[in-house]
Amino acid sequence: MNALEIRKDFPILNQLINGHPLVYLDSAASSQKPRQVIEALRHYYETNHSNVHRGVHTLGSRATEAYELAREKVARFIHAPSPEQVIFTRGTTESLNMVAYGYARAFLKPGDEIVLTPAEHHSNLVPWQQAAKATGATLKYIPLQADGTIRLEDVRATVSANTKIVAMAHVSNVLGTIHPIREIADVAHAVGAIMVVDGAQSVPHLPVDVQALDCDFLAFSGHKMLGPTGIGVLYGKRKWLDAMEPTYFGGEMIDVVELYDSTWKDTPWKFEGGTPIIAGAIGLAAAVDYLTDIGMEAVRDHDHRLAEYAFQQLKEIDGVTIYGPEDGRQRGGLVTFNVLNVHAHDVSTVLDAEGVAIRAGHHCAQPLMRILNVSSTARASFYLYNTESDIDKLAAAVRTAKEFFQHALG
Amino acid sequence: MHLDDLYRQVIMDHYQHPRNQGELPDGIRVDLKNPSCGDEISLRLKVENGVVSDVRFEGTGCSISMASASMMTEAIKGQPVETALQLNRLFRAMMKGEDVDTDALGDLEALHGVSKFPARIKCATLAWQALEKGVQPNRE
Repeated sequence: MNALEIRKDFPILNQLINGHPLVYLDSAASSQKPRQVIEALRHYYETNHSNVHRGVHTLGSRATEAYELAREKVARFIHAPSPEQVIFTRGTTESLNMVAYGYARAFLKPGDEIVLTPAEHHSNLVPWQQAAKATGATLKYIPLQADGTIRLEDVRATVSANTKIVAMAHVSNVLGTIHPIREIADVAHAVGAIMVVDGAQSVPHLPVDVQALDCDFLAFSGHKMLGPTGIGVLYGKRKWLDAMEPTYFGGEMIDVVELYDSTWKDTPWKFEGGTPIIAGAIGLAAAVDYLTDIGMEAVRDHDHRLAEYAFQQLKEIDGVTIYGPEDGRQRGGLVTFNVLNVHAHDVSTVLDAEGVAIRAGHHCAQPLMRILNVSSTARASFYLYNTESDIDKLAAAVRTAKEFFQHALG
Repeated sequence: MHLDDLYRQVIMDHYQHPRNQGELPDGIRVDLKNPSCGDEISLRLKVENGVVSDVRFEGTGCSISMASASMMTEAIKGQPVETALQLNRLFRAMMKGEDVDTDALGDLEALHGVSKFPARIKCATLAWQALEKGVQPNRE
């Protein structure tokens, strides 16, 4: 994989920010888009746009074909047994809420348990809190080790005969920890619970095979994997999807509508009420094509190499604390850190002045911030268009930030 | 844009040595959070006969949010509530990049540079938001 060649496909990267070449290290928040994705959107709107699944005119057929082809491509990308198990949503948050509404609220009873980790993104935490409140189920948390990993014996100790749902990120958006989902799913299944996986940080960066993971649901977002904003995916095992009621009711998702009752289309269309996100799905399919061409193993190895390099570079700077696992094999393509006596916002502002874009804040994981005993952290995240030189610039800018504040604070 | 325009010496001084820190047991208390970044402030105000007779704060956050809080407490302490609110209006106008009477703002003028860093404006206004809530609890 040649990152320098890949960069040519990303027009946005070719610009100066505050007089410096842009170094974009915030792909975990949202990735940039290659020309191929932008072109797919343009082509769709200029030649094939119409509403889908209705009307018999030519454009309607073309749009429907492109939309359903996108579903097939996404299904192949995550190794889903069939395209009908891929539901298009607005993103990971909506996907997880659909499971919390359609599955948890429908099937959980008082005394049932939902098992999470305290490191979850708010989108894989708050929907379960709400579902627990609505059903009388309780939340339980698998304890985190100091480096952000979890131990399988703790998973086994937390999961009980009352556990109905285990929900966890595949890769932590703050610590980068890659969790052993298959092993955890086996623990969940042994007690009859389902395994819900937040794949927002894994599907863009690792080869993900839902059958190998044996997860019951997988949620992810298009915009973090080179696709447009506003499109996401919920994958589910067919038996659960068939058993679930739709979340939204209205056009597009119905079979027969009578005055006092109606029936729904089959999975997945019953979950896609209203005109679906047609262009978004087509853009996502172009992103999937792009990633498939490069190969997800190559993407994983590249991100991994950069994360290791960044870890080493930042570790050498006095006063920098890095959070998350030291073992590179347990870490996805990001590094979260703090600079002694410099708030993450201030670090980010100094880096921005050098053209380096990182994330600063609580990363939508307030409970985890409390465990780390920090109010905020800085996060640099990497993707296929980043290079070692980007990380050298990151390390140099972090040194600048440190020195600037040392000087300013006297 | 220059970092020195943002991080003026007086700001760094307030960040390092915040004024009027601590509790005020019998005062009005306003706890505010910037949900997007996690900055927190707890502002305590004592208002007697329409005057801010005492003010203290505690909090965690970046240099801009903490320095702005410290500078605000100095500016409003001993001032009539009306004057404090007038300063609030001037300060917010300055954050929007409007031309304002900088003499009236005194030291607060040092935060002028924040207006050129849109992502940081909410850091600077957090304490002022708390002030508004404290002295105008029934607004809206």
